[in-house]
Amino acid sequence: MTNFKFTEENLKKIDEIIKKYPVKRPAVMPVLYIAQEQNGWISQEVMLEVAKILDMHPEEVLGIVTFYTMYYQKPMGKYHIQVCTNVSCMLRGAYEIYDRVKDKLGIGNMQVTGDKIFSLEEVECMGSCGTAPMIAVNEDYYENLSKEKVEEILESLKKS
Amino acid sequence: MEKIVLPDIKDLHLIDVYIKNNGFNAVKKALLQKPDDIIDQVKRSGLRGRGGAAFSTGLKWSFMPKTTDKPKYLCVNGDESEPGSFKDRQIFEYNPHQLIEGILITCYAIGAKTAYVYIRGEYHKWIKLFQKALDDAYSQGYVGKGMKTKFQTDFFCDIYVHKGAGAYICGEESSLMNSLEGKRGYPRVKPPFPAQFGLWGCPTTINNVETITNVPAIINNGWEWFSKIGEPKHPGTILYGISGHVNKPGVYELPSGMLLTDLIYNYAGGVPGNKKILCVIPGGSSMPPLRGDKIEGVKMDAESLKAVGTSIGTGGIIVMDEDTDLVKVLARIAKFYYHESCGQCTPCREGTGWMLKILNRILNNEGSSKDLDLLISVASNIEGNTICALGEAAAWPVKFMVQRFRDYFEKRVSPEVLIPVANKVHSMRHTAFPIADIKE
Repeated sequence: MTNFKFTEENLKKIDEIIKKYPVKRPAVMPVLYIAQEQNGWISQEVMLEVAKILDMHPEEVLGIVTFYTMYYQKPMGKYHIQVCTNVSCMLRGAYEIYDRVKDKLGIGNMQVTGDKIFSLEEVECMGSCGTAPMIAVNEDYYENLSKEKVEEILESLKKS
Repeated sequence: MEKIVLPDIKDLHLIDVYIKNNGFNAVKKALLQKPDDIIDQVKRSGLRGRGGAAFSTGLKWSFMPKTTDKPKYLCVNGDESEPGSFKDRQIFEYNPHQLIEGILITCYAIGAKTAYVYIRGEYHKWIKLFQKALDDAYSQGYVGKGMKTKFQTDFFCDIYVHKGAGAYICGEESSLMNSLEGKRGYPRVKPPFPAQFGLWGCPTTINNVETITNVPAIINNGWEWFSKIGEPKHPGTILYGISGHVNKPGVYELPSGMLLTDLIYNYAGGVPGNKKILCVIPGGSSMPPLRGDKIEGVKMDAESLKAVGTSIGTGGIIVMDEDTDLVKVLARIAKFYYHESCGQCTPCREGTGWMLKILNRILNNEGSSKDLDLLISVASNIEGNTICALGEAAAWPVKFMVQRFRDYFEKRVSPEVLIPVANKVHSMRHTAFPIADIKE
């Protein structure tokens, strides 16, 4: 097991975050985000380190990681494609978009392509109901989509 | 009609533009009055929570203890995860400073020195936008210790943003507090209510983003002015989010009590292809759906919607045209609540999965006539038997959709289908018997 260590810069960020709360523990969610950004995903070593920094039991950190869907428990692709298929998007063709992405990438829900460039997730309502259908690539929303537009987005990501 | 929450002012998200447009005058005005007077004004204004429960905001504030040796907190609920709701993100993007000003006034009224704005994790962009606005307000002395010199007062308060991480349940107030405390987002048993035992056991008030953004306008223009907008029992404007089968989906700020048909046909541009409306969900996916042939004359406010057997919720209106497959829609809604149930209470944890399985069975043309009553029975056994309202949120769409569209659903099931025992809901888990050997 290789140890996970936060970078000096991130440790400073963590110190700032802890100051926002009267106790250390509430920092666990933001600190896990920082860890995910540094490491790409939340491994067991990450959880151990986070627990150590915040004086928590590793099991408590595990409890957080498994409860919230935005912490990845395995490495995801460079571009994590999230397709919303909830009602408002579904009524405007979200499943066609989801199927198109699936076909195009040749992977299913929560899978990663062989070259580790793309991963796919079917997500719940992202708050884009008025601009449906939508996908999110990592942190960015792409709204008012059509099948063709989605293909263009995937193509341009592949090239970059 | 004047807009309160999202006025049509260019670049209002910039602090200088906000200040030029009467910005931060309400908090100045509020700081010269007694906190109790602020609570009284908000109570009289009739402002009701915009997060779903439509509870009197002033009354909620008045529950905060006056004398306590513990710190008090304000939580601002920007978790916005109810399918069909996309209004709070508009506030973060277009009018963040009015939200900040509302937070300052609320904190002063309830005696809180710290406010946490809980924003759903998926809203990376809007978290950054709001944080930028907050940083600007801090640097100009409108928030934090700078308030002392800026407003010549002893009062100051800090505002922090807390980012969620993809759990619908964290929009439930007690779950939000647990999440903020760095725990799994499990709802708490009430009582004790947050005003007695909230964040870290301290008195806490939780308000929706839209609710708080209304507060500066009430202080500026007076409670009487506010109470005269829209429906008297649910006054003010509402951010109606219209989505689904309409020509111009989007957020429309209009007075409460608008006609549902007016919103759909006049503001949202009607249904594409002039199709008939089969079904409308008036307040986010957890609210009881209405039949398309029964929306004539229905007004959009808490009391009017209650009278027709549904609820205002978050004001997220989902429109479905006549070609919509309602079984598919309901199965998708059921899947959502199955996915989002936190798992604390058995009726919700198990029941949501059962409803999904029955609905998928009907979707695959393997539904039995008995399944419709079974769905209502499962839903009725979730409702009222859980710690938080996710139980109702999961049960209502299923129960009311099946009841109100019974004719529609009857066509999708068959009395010929006999459900083998191993396929009945209560034995859905792995069975040791080969299914083919079991007869009803």
